[in-house]
This record gives sequence, C-alpha cells and structure tokens, in this order.
Amino acid sequence: MMTTSLLTNLTHTLASPLMLAGEGSGGHGGHAASDNLAMLNEHVGTGPKWVLLIVFLPLLGFVLNAIYAAISNKSKLPAWTTIVLLAGAFAATLTMFLQYEGTPYTVHAFDWFNLHYGDKSFVANFSFYIDRLTILWMLFVTGLATMIALYASEYMSHDVGLGYCRFFAAFGLFVFSMSCLVMGDNMLMLYLGWEGVGLCSYLLIGYFYKKPSAVAAAKKAFIVNRIGDLGLALGVYLTFVHFGTIQYAELFSNETLHQYMNAAAVGDFSHIPAQAQWIALLMMVGAFGKSAQFPLYVWLPDAMEGPTPVSALIHAATMVTAGVYLIARFYPVFLVSENALPIVAWIGTITAILAATIGMAQFDIKRIMAYSTVSQLGYMFAGLGLLTTTGAAFHVLTHAFFKALLFLACGAVMHGFAGQLDLRKLSGVAWMKGWGIVGITMLVGCMNLAGLPYITSGFYSKDMILAEAFITPGYQLIGWILVFTAILTAYYTFRVYFRVFLGPQHAEPGDEHDDHDDHAGDADHGDHASHFHPHAPGWAINTVLIVLACASMLSISLAYIQKDEHHGWVGSMVAESSASFHSPYAEAAHHAHVEHTEMHAVAGPVGNLTPGTVFGMDAHQGMILVSGLGAIFGVLVAAYFHGPKGWQGLFIGGRTEAGTCRMDAIAKRAGPLPRWAENKWYVDEIYQMIFVGPLRLLSHIFHWIDKLLLDGLVNLFGFLPRVFAWIIRPSQSGVLQGYAVSMAGGLAILLFVVIVIVMRAGGAA
Amino acid sequence: MHSMQMFESFQLAQLAFPAEMSASVLAPYLFVSAAMFAIGLIGFLTRKNMIIMFLCTELMFQAAGLALIAFGRHHLGSDGQTFVIFVLCVAAAEAAMALALVVLLFRHRESLSASAWKELNG
Repeated sequence: MMTTSLLTNLTHTLASPLMLAGEGSGGHGGHAASDNLAMLNEHVGTGPKWVLLIVFLPLLGFVLNAIYAAISNKSKLPAWTTIVLLAGAFAATLTMFLQYEGTPYTVHAFDWFNLHYGDKSFVANFSFYIDRLTILWMLFVTGLATMIALYASEYMSHDVGLGYCRFFAAFGLFVFSMSCLVMGDNMLMLYLGWEGVGLCSYLLIGYFYKKPSAVAAAKKAFIVNRIGDLGLALGVYLTFVHFGTIQYAELFSNETLHQYMNAAAVGDFSHIPAQAQWIALLMMVGAFGKSAQFPLYVWLPDAMEGPTPVSALIHAATMVTAGVYLIARFYPVFLVSENALPIVAWIGTITAILAATIGMAQFDIKRIMAYSTVSQLGYMFAGLGLLTTTGAAFHVLTHAFFKALLFLACGAVMHGFAGQLDLRKLSGVAWMKGWGIVGITMLVGCMNLAGLPYITSGFYSKDMILAEAFITPGYQLIGWILVFTAILTAYYTFRVYFRVFLGPQHAEPGDEHDDHDDHAGDADHGDHASHFHPHAPGWAINTVLIVLACASMLSISLAYIQKDEHHGWVGSMVAESSASFHSPYAEAAHHAHVEHTEMHAVAGPVGNLTPGTVFGMDAHQGMILVSGLGAIFGVLVAAYFHGPKGWQGLFIGGRTEAGTCRMDAIAKRAGPLPRWAENKWYVDEIYQMIFVGPLRLLSHIFHWIDKLLLDGLVNLFGFLPRVFAWIIRPSQSGVLQGYAVSMAGGLAILLFVVIVIVMRAGGAA
Repeated sequence: MHSMQMFESFQLAQLAFPAEMSASVLAPYLFVSAAMFAIGLIGFLTRKNMIIMFLCTELMFQAAGLALIAFGRHHLGSDGQTFVIFVLCVAAAEAAMALALVVLLFRHRESLSASAWKELNG
C-alpha cells in the first residue's frame, strides 16, 4: 500500500517538472528530445561494409575454435586465434568510432525477414545500426573481450586441449552475440543477441560440467533469464503490434511515438494508450533478468561457478549491462510509460542495498564481487530511472573496467592458490613473491569500487547518479539509500583488500586441482598445505591487470572531457542517440551551479524549476562531500575491523592472523543478523518455497495424473485383449483331436441350423 | 456336319446313363457314403497314430466323393464327377505333403502319436 502511493507520488513529481520544462524553457524538455531523436533517425544513411568485421570476426573465432576442437588441437592456438580476431574487432570498432560523423547509419549484411503484405510489412534484416551509444558499448565490449581473452589464455592453461577449444569457442560466440545485441538495427537482432549471450553464459557457467554445483548454477542462470526473456519477447511483439515496426530507425522516427513523447513531456499520460505504456514495462522485466536486478538477481552470484575470465567478461563487464543498454536504447519508449522509470529507479535502489548487505557478510571473495556487481547494476538502473542515462552509461563504462579488474585480480588469487577464495584463509597476498602487481591493481580496483573521491573514476560515475537523485525532487530517499549503499560498498570492498592482500602472510590452498576439467592433478599444486607453493601469475595475467588498472584510472578524464557541454565524454556519446535525455532538473541544477560559482549566490530556483539540494548545497558539490566522505568512512571502518596491525591497517587495524578479526566479536553479538545476511537473506530459500516448491508439487501432481490416468487408460486398452485372450486361451489345447471335435461339432451345428431353416422354408411353402 | 458330330458325341454320353438314378437306388449309396464318413470321423477323433488319422481323412474324402458321384448320377449332371476328380487331385497332392510331414514329425519325436505335439497349445 505504502509503496503504491509512494510510486504514484513519484510519478507526479516526475511528470510535473517535465511539464514545466516543456512549456517553460522549451530548450531541454521532452519536445527537444523528441525533435532531436526524429532529426537523427529520419535520414539514416548506409555505412561502410567493413563495420561487419566487428560482428563476424568473433564468429570466425567461434568457427575456428570448433575446428580446432574437431582436430584435437592441444596447443594454445585457440587462445591466440581468439585474441587476434577480437583485437581485430576492437580495431574496427575504434576505426568506426574515429570515423563517425554524427549521424546514425545502418550496415546491411543480408536479408533475414523481409515480408510485405498489404500496406504493412515486417522487416528485420541482419543489419546493424550504428550511433554513438552503439559505439560506446562496442568499444568496451570488444576492448575488454580482447584483454580478457589474453588473460584467459594463461588462466585456462590447465585445460589446454578440448576444454581450451570449448572455452574460446564459447568466448567468440559470446562476443558475436553481444555485438548482435548492441549493434542490431532492429529488435529481433537484439533479441537474437540477447538469447545468444544467454546461451554462451549458460555454456560458460557450466564449463566445469563435471561439477554438480556448476551445472546447477548454469541451469539456474538460464531458467531465471528465461523469465526475463519472456518479458522482452512480449515487449518486442507489442512494439510491432503498436508501432508496426521493430526497426530502430523507423521506430525512433515514428510519428505516433513522437506524439506520445510530446504528451509525456508535458506530463499528460492519459492520452497514451495502455498498450504503448506496457511495452516499457515488459522490456523492463527482460532488463531485470539479464542485468540481475531484484527479484531476478539470484542467478548472478551462482554464476561465479564459471571460470573467472567468464565472470569478469560476461557476469561483470558486458552481458549484465545489456539490460542497461536495452533501457538506454529504448529510452523514448520508457519515457512514454508513466510507471516504468520510477519502477526502474526503485528496483535499482532496492537491488543496490540488498546486494550490498549480502556482500558484506560473504566470505567467498568472488561472491563478494558478484554481489557488488549486482549492487552496482542497481546503481545503473537507479540512474536510468532517475533520468540520467549519461550517469548510467558512465557507470557502466567505469564499472566495466574496474569490476573486470577486480574479478581478474580475484581470479589470479584463485588460480594461484588452487581455487582458494575464502578470505579467512588468505592473508598478506600482496607481499608474497610475484604478487605485487596483483596487489597494486587490486587496490586500484577496490578504490574505484569504493568510489574514493577525486582519485577514482568510480567516484565520478557514481556521483553523477547520486547527484541526480538529490536533484530530482521526490527521489531524495533513493539518494540517501544509495549513499548508505556506497558506504557499505566501501566497507565490503576494503574488507576483502585488508584481509586477503594485506597483513601477515598466510595461505591455505583450495581444492581446485580435483575439479579442473581435462586436468588430472597438477604437480605444482600439491596435495598438502605443507607442500603448497602459490603459483604466481605470469606475464599475460599481469599485463591485463595493469592495462585494466590504467584504463580504470584514465577513465577519470572522461568526466572532464566535454564537461560543460555534455557532462563528460560519455554524455557526448549518449547525447546523440536514442538514449539522449536531459532532465530539466539537471539543467536547472547546472545553471544554478554556474550562477553559484559566478555570483557567489546560494543555489536557488532557476526559472520555474527548483532543483533539489543536499544540505542546502548544489547537489553535485554536496555529493562530492557526502559520498566522498562516506567512501572514506567505509574504508576506515573496514580498516578498523579487518585491517592488520600497523600501517597496513592505517594504524587502526588490529588483525594479527588470517582467520580472526575484530568483526568476529561484533558479529557474534549482533544476533542472527550476520548469519541471515551470509545466507543471502534466505532469498533463494524463499524462492524455493514460493516458486520452486509449489511448481515441483504441481509437477508431481501432473506426474501422477499422467501416470495413473493417462498411462492407466493406455494400459487398460492393452490389458483388455490380454484378459480376453486369457479367457479363451484354454480352447487351444494342442490336442489334435480336440480341434477335430470342435470342427466336427461346429459342422454339426451348422448342418443342424441349415436343416432347420430348410425345413421351415419347406413348411412355409 | 461338324456340329452334327458334336451333338452325336453328347448324345452318346447320355446314352451311357439313359435315365436318372431313382431316389430309392440313391439311398444305399448315400448310406454307404455316410457310413464311410462316420467311420473316418470317428477314426480321426479316436486314434492318435498320425498315419491312421491321415487314412481316416482319406476315408472321409472318399465318402464325400461317393456322395457327389451318386448325386451326380441322380441328377444326371457331370458336376459331381468333375468335382470328385478335382478332389482326388488335391487329395493326392495332400497325401504327398501329409506323409512327408508325418515323416518329419516322427524324426523329431521318435513317435507317431499326435499327443507328442501337445505343447503347441495356446
């Protein structure tokens, strides 16, 4: 009840400023967005054919790896093939970026569906639509895929042979699918890619197919995603039913859509048919599934059963951002839906805090990273819901770098310590021989995730979303929840760093060497802790970690490039795409900030808009203070509870061994709360009870109906002739005379009947 | 001339059986036929030796043949005789087959008794 009214309130507050903007300034409101979109999409040209390389090089990688598997290649050739092809795709993407001239274009590969009937048509060709949003996504997808393939060449070296080919084949197929998803020029291509990445995700989570938990996780990921995919499929159908096209260029220049956008811009949703509003709600479900949002996030933490490069590429950096891409790409459609964006904002916020609380209580470092991914995706969704597509896209980009970095660093640890991921069993890894680079790059990743002010890119992108929450009235609560989540994020991130990478050196090996596919025990890993020697990462892993750490740090500059025009480089990329939207509040706040700095006046209303403030300060300034201090506070808390004694724990830590820390006492006294959080708030169990249990019961019921009723009927019809046979079988005695008697007897009866008939006929005559 | 000759040969055939055999003459033939058939049937039903049983079937065949010929004579038709010739042919072929079968069956069980094959039941 409360949520409903809250939602309605939000919707109204969301609608009213847009209305004012539309009528008042007219410069940055919905009208402008609509006009801009129409202008971009009315003259979509044809692009150069070499753009197709981006899509088909990874596919070639898939084909070649399949061939390597067929001829049982036992070298590292699959890895190098994949790396070279992906690097080619990245180079093509870079060229595409540099040559882009500001107008979207399409590239046609071949006709797929080209149906015309009456005055209608259904066209969905194998074509690609290139605009700045596409380029932005493809840059980090192909770039990261190349780097992570390089990392995987070393990481997967245990499995050289069939497993290696299988891994890189799925890797190539994934990048192909992701390219179709991002670059497709119609919703069917998007759906093709959407399902393709889902399939590859399934294949790669279940890579260690001999491990029951990996198989279960793969199935879970696939099934949970199906729920979301159903929403997306229905959204696509409904788009075609309502707008008569699923091609981006036609859809975004569709007059009906622009009428709706203009109506939505003045807050008038009553004239937009419910059918059009439902499109966004259905697509949203798809986005929630793929991007692991509440209530469909449960698959992502389990997906960590896959090899770490997969977790880094698919389940942290690229595939899970497909939901963000979906909403950004169809932002006009979401804008014309009254409830979609507020729901997105709230679901994102709930996901962010829920995942952060779970992440705090986990002991498996890879799982902590998984929950932080869910949490950060929540930020992105909140950003989309809060009308800052730029903020969301910026966070996608920075998150892709630093989260891939974090995962790969954790993967290096996992690789080196025979699958050990328990933070209680590792300590001081950064000081071990050969682990310095991992320690430093991990620190860079942790700082970015925690969002330490000014020195990290994560800070800028998170700030953009947080500030927007405070700027837009009615979303203050979301803002505070997200700030609180940011503190939790800083805490759990540095909890990992302080415990695993700093402090006294200690390591217990995991039991990975038994689980490797195609990998019968490795002499290096040994069977006992006493013989155990950690296996420091080689050049490939270290190179990739360094490159990603640099990319994470360098993306700070993206916040400053074109800062005034577009709120940074990402803003400029988003600005000329379908995701382009300027929140009137953000505009007002921007102007207020400019006035503030120029006239030394207190931030106040600009025109007829009152942007929200933080403690009476401009939201951006306030956020730098609040979220920056929050992040530092979170790190200090982590240092106090988990930091080692001495300078490594910033002089406030007190940990002297790997297994115990100050938090243990607190956790004991906190009652069942930490245990609940460690058990993921029993969400899986609740799902088990609410959905899986009843479904299983139902399937049992159907099973018995099938077994008793249907099989019973079928068996009855089989049984009846047998009963009949059983009755008459004794007549076939096998005694020859018996048969003769029955023959003679039959003949006698026949004769008797004939005689009677003849005599009767004689009598009648 | 030619047709005249054919007519004469038909007449000649008629001459061999100038008149219908009367019902009173027919009866003993039929009695003998019925007796033969009954003996054959009873023999078939009561004996277990396969050769005897086979002979009994032959007896029944001949009983039927006798009745057919008697009726043919009674009605002055050639159908009965024709049919008997066919029956004899079939019976000859069947005799060859049946005796061969009996030999084979005997080789399997070292016995001519039909009850040796009792397990061929349902």
